[in-house]
Amino acid sequence: MRRKDLPHEIDPAAASALEEGLRLTEQHGGSVTFITMGIADVTVGIRRALATGASAAIHLLDEAFGGSDTLGTAKALAAAIRRESYDLVICATESSDSYSGIVPVQIAHLLGIPPVTFANKLSVDGSVLTAHRQSETGYTVVTAELPALVSTTSGINEPRYPQLKGIMAARKIEIETVTAADLGLGPDQVGASAAREKVLSVGPPPARAAGRVVEDDGNGGKQIAEHLASLGVI
Amino acid sequence: MAEAIWVYAEVLEGAITPTTLELVTRAAEVGTAEAILLGAAPADAVETLGAYGAATVYRSADPVFDEFLTLPAFETVSALIEARRPAVVLFASSYAGRDLAAALCARLDCGAITDVGDFRLDGRNVEATIPALGGSYLTRTTLVNNGPKLLLVRPKSFEPRRSGGTATVEEIAAPFDGSVRRVRVAERVAVPVEGPRLEGASNIVAGGRGLKSAEAFHMLHELADLIGGAVGATRAVVDAAWVPYSMQIGQTGKTVKPNVYIACGISGAIQHLAGMKTSKSIIAINTDPEAPIFKVADLGIVGDVFQVVPQLISEIKRRKGLA
Repeated sequence: MRRKDLPHEIDPAAASALEEGLRLTEQHGGSVTFITMGIADVTVGIRRALATGASAAIHLLDEAFGGSDTLGTAKALAAAIRRESYDLVICATESSDSYSGIVPVQIAHLLGIPPVTFANKLSVDGSVLTAHRQSETGYTVVTAELPALVSTTSGINEPRYPQLKGIMAARKIEIETVTAADLGLGPDQVGASAAREKVLSVGPPPARAAGRVVEDDGNGGKQIAEHLASLGVI
Repeated sequence: MAEAIWVYAEVLEGAITPTTLELVTRAAEVGTAEAILLGAAPADAVETLGAYGAATVYRSADPVFDEFLTLPAFETVSALIEARRPAVVLFASSYAGRDLAAALCARLDCGAITDVGDFRLDGRNVEATIPALGGSYLTRTTLVNNGPKLLLVRPKSFEPRRSGGTATVEEIAAPFDGSVRRVRVAERVAVPVEGPRLEGASNIVAGGRGLKSAEAFHMLHELADLIGGAVGATRAVVDAAWVPYSMQIGQTGKTVKPNVYIACGISGAIQHLAGMKTSKSIIAINTDPEAPIFKVADLGIVGDVFQVVPQLISEIKRRKGLA
């Protein structure tokens, strides 16, 4: 089982994905490997994942990964996952700092496994996975054969905190670091040189007429009512 | 000749989604709009797509598209793109849209731009505008790959407009390969929401973590009833399970554009602002004068929602002669 994680501390969304992996291995056996791509500082987050219960960690650490777009990121993570044996890949639906939300399905396609996204409930019975996938009007119950990839939403569970015993044990685990060359990925696959999306310009947002912000003097509710009346709402 | 711009059409609750019609409208302005419509759809779906500007509708009503998630649509659209080579393919930033664009991006080894608010074409080069979120900046980006340019567009980015055209239907084959039948839809469950729906609501009252509990949403419902509005919430509140996910407004929830948006106890995280920032008038109540929500508010009250909202409710009742 694998996860991805981008920021220095574990992203709350990735912490939920990790929790779901730990929960499943407690029920069905197996182990969780935590996989992340990021600068050296993310080691703090990886240590926390190990302290929480992951039994191994792989850190994609190489300046060559810098500036990767979503597909470059997916190629690197998929290449690292492909070297392992796994039943299930769990990803956060989207990291909190970059909301594109398309990396998990890209990874699934590159690995040739079915993607089950936006899961807010997950169970495994034998080799069949069942998930509740969020939908516009509620949720969709979907099933897929393992191996598969699931992206989880942060509301799926309440991530546990690491215990002292886990923190001590985690110190003995060596984090495997992997470079782009280790994965056989060149500048045409990962990094800024491979990115298809190029930023043309970054500018200030269009000005919005400045609003009125006032301290509640005890008549805040009445002021809002007056404003609603002026808009013709009441 | 105008470049072909494709729109992946979606159906929800027996109707073409509003976002689909927004995308078709814009595609017809920029190039030749063509829509792909897969699976079950209302009887007048093709007529509707044509009326909003689609010149062609690629259509398959095969049940495989509803019985299995993502993969049948992926194989079909992928094959169509390779055969017809459109300049741009537009997807709504929806569940289906995101999954499909992501898989196509990996298969076709092409680029995708997410969170698009507008775009234009110069030949086959695309220039997309990513609207500023909260304190961030407006960005213009392009894709440098040779193949199709995939754009995931935010709902409510364009005004849908009937141009009164007629679409030609081109029937396409559904994929037979068993590999597309890997994620099976067992059941679709609708979670009922109290009160009117967020989509299309002209007034919205939304609550954030500042409400402190699920019970406090009762007063938001009361306020919403008084102004004929719907109730929404932030992701933090949904994650805390105070309200169902279908009430979530923001980047991973719904995008809304009501006449009036009353934000109660909402700090205004960028992800929330992304879903409501284009509301016509924004009113915010928050105890923290530094809360980012005040930067987009037309009227901000720095105060306690538990004081301000009840007073607002009784003042509206008084004005309406209800109290």
